[in-house]
Amino acid sequence: MSTLTDPPKAQFQLSMLVNDTRYRSLTFQAIAALVLALAIWYLGNNLIQNLRAAGLNISYGFLGDPSGYDINQRLIEYDSQSSHARAAVVGILNTLLVAFLSCITATVFGVIAGVLRLSNNWLVSKLMAVYVEIFRNIPVLIWIIIIFTIMTAVMPGPREFRGDDATSSMVFDLFAFTNRGVYIPMPWFESGLFASTTMNWLVVLAALALSFFVMRKVETNATKTQEETGVRPNTTWIGLGVWLVPVLLVLFLMGLSWEVPELKGFNFTGGIKIGGPLIALWFALSIYTGAFIAENVRAGIQAINKGQTEAAAALGLRPGRIMNLVVLPQALRVIIPPLISNFLNITKNSSLAIAVGYADITATLGGITLNQTGRAIECVLLLMLFYLTASLLISMVMNVYNASVKLKER
Amino acid sequence: MSDTHSQTIAFVRDTEIPPAPPPARETGAYKWMRENLFSSVPNSILTLAALVLIYLLLSTTVPWLLNGVWTTNSLAECREVLDGKVGACFSVLTERWNQLLYGFKYPASEYWRPNLALVLLLIALAPVLFFDLPRKLLAFTAIYPFLAFWLIWGGSILVPIVALLGFVAAGFVFQKYGKGSFALGFFGAIVAAVVVWNVGGYLIPEGASDTAMLSAVPSRDLGGFMLNMMLGVTCVSLSVPLGIALALGRQSNMPLIKWICVVFIEFVRGVPLITLLFVASVMLSYFFPPDATVDLFLRVVIMITLFSAAYIAEVIRGGLAALPKGQYEAADSLGLDYPQAMRLIILPQALKISIPGIVNVAVGLFKDTTLVSVISMFDLVGMIRGPILASTEWNGVYWELLGFAAFLFFIVCYGISQYSQWLERRLATDHR
Repeated sequence: MSTLTDPPKAQFQLSMLVNDTRYRSLTFQAIAALVLALAIWYLGNNLIQNLRAAGLNISYGFLGDPSGYDINQRLIEYDSQSSHARAAVVGILNTLLVAFLSCITATVFGVIAGVLRLSNNWLVSKLMAVYVEIFRNIPVLIWIIIIFTIMTAVMPGPREFRGDDATSSMVFDLFAFTNRGVYIPMPWFESGLFASTTMNWLVVLAALALSFFVMRKVETNATKTQEETGVRPNTTWIGLGVWLVPVLLVLFLMGLSWEVPELKGFNFTGGIKIGGPLIALWFALSIYTGAFIAENVRAGIQAINKGQTEAAAALGLRPGRIMNLVVLPQALRVIIPPLISNFLNITKNSSLAIAVGYADITATLGGITLNQTGRAIECVLLLMLFYLTASLLISMVMNVYNASVKLKER
Repeated sequence: MSDTHSQTIAFVRDTEIPPAPPPARETGAYKWMRENLFSSVPNSILTLAALVLIYLLLSTTVPWLLNGVWTTNSLAECREVLDGKVGACFSVLTERWNQLLYGFKYPASEYWRPNLALVLLLIALAPVLFFDLPRKLLAFTAIYPFLAFWLIWGGSILVPIVALLGFVAAGFVFQKYGKGSFALGFFGAIVAAVVVWNVGGYLIPEGASDTAMLSAVPSRDLGGFMLNMMLGVTCVSLSVPLGIALALGRQSNMPLIKWICVVFIEFVRGVPLITLLFVASVMLSYFFPPDATVDLFLRVVIMITLFSAAYIAEVIRGGLAALPKGQYEAADSLGLDYPQAMRLIILPQALKISIPGIVNVAVGLFKDTTLVSVISMFDLVGMIRGPILASTEWNGVYWELLGFAAFLFFIVCYGISQYSQWLERRLATDHR
């Protein structure tokens, strides 16, 4: 290494484009860019020719036209005179509703099954293993259809509730399980502050938010006292009061009452109707994804070193507290990333609603609207755009949460 | 001492007590039950709850299963035979067996062809799945896709032969030039294949299908569980190589290629499979040349393959990332170029790590093939929901059909997952 001479300046040769590592990556990228451009040009050219041949053009004007179809399950005002765009919004809200409900119940099922599968009770752990294997290995579409069949073909029709010798009866005189859906009592306000029910519920939410902030203050004070004196004041009763009193007061002042479903004529009226398709989709997605979450929970708990449990036991903690204070907080770090993808899967699988006639975005925009207007390209693109946005938002939110529970390393 | 002591009783036992069985509560079923089922009060409650649940499940399903009727021609007849008793009506399965497996349009006289294709599939898969078998069997695996295509679709045998010849030419060119320069071999192989296919395409005479040995069956006549199997096998086997390519592209240090792969993977993973199937059924034909008629089966295969390739790419990326950096550096220090390093050192290890993930994707993909029933293809679920339940004979016989579908899928998916666990144990090279 003593004699350093500049390498001879090589003349640039064409073969260096392939053989010289300095230029090779540029060559490959140029080829890739060329192929990509050609492919896009080819596909775009075909598209233009085909559209011209079919006398079509790409336009989103159809979204403003009246839709001309009805939607059973809806969260906002909608009728057949509303626009296709509004139908799509109804669909989006329905998708979000079923995805939200399923995420919650799937997590509950998954955590219960996952923990029980590690139980030292042989029978229970085997039962949970069977649950997980059966639900993971059968397509979710079949589960949705099975539960939809139970909802429509097995449940009694409304007329079986009628008469003195009715074969079916309402549960507690409050809930009616029929083949047209489940009817549950609906709360409403006799003397609400606003005319709209939604606004009144916002008032209730505001009361809850107030309780939340007061409770946080109480907890902070308790922690402060604990740090000063070593004894944590008991906040159970204060907490109960702070949470319950404002809400109950608001509900009482606004005159909360319940509208109980009643059998009138051929069908139940009043109350909230939860349609069969919604229940089928909700329940099927929950038990199906629950089986996957159960495996994640089990893996997460098993990933925690047994020494942690033993150390906690040596400190004198009881099994329940070991689980809550030592094992679960650490296991969450392992559980949350796959949980995020399970939530994403639920959102995407909710598109199977089209198989049971639940009016989600796939059924409205990608189903009836597409068939009525024939605007395949526009509808499918909008559909994809919605799911992409939803997926990105869910993973963003969950990643923020993930960052807050992950191991804080110095 | 005096001899009186000889009369004293010995206080040390000089004979061995015969071994006695442990106390009754410490043995056998009793002990096992006490430890595993009734160790504490909450545990006992759980056990009892589980027993009640199992009783409820079995007491309803067992009589239903055992009392099943297998030999009637309609649901009404079936109910007559059952005469008010609880019992399943499995005769829908026996009567519609062929429809469930092959769809309702596949010519009945040709059922031997898909059957043979299935048997040959097992033979072709064997050397891939169990690598203790002689490697020469892989030659059959290479021929199998063309053979199966010819068996199932029928038509002129020249089509699969020309397709096969294209691949043979490509392999030949790659063998000849790939040793010197991977890029030259790779692109040369593509050119060779395209040339052979084009020339061969002109050589196949018009109307060759009409006089073929096996009568041609159009794709839209395929159906039943056969369709699920075909979609599953084709798409998984096509998406593994594509997934490897995407994963390598995503790890590449060439920004353009990396970004193409990232955008593609994230896009496909962000949308549900149904929307991609909509693309296949209503949108994709707009992107083909106006005179080309690409049938629905092929369009669906393209979209499902792209879909699962994106997921497999992510699994393999995990495997690539799990390899220690030293492995890459060792490959470089041996003087291997990129294709050699990947083929000989990196990918074998990365793929081994990714096996459980790839199998997960494969099982998920196989289950997702039922989604094609949404775009009105008559796969197993489509057959059940459509022609069979809508027929006058079998309107209302839900549980037997859905249970059968669930059972078939369970068998296949559970089998795959058990295989992957065996494979993991078999490939475990760390001696722990």
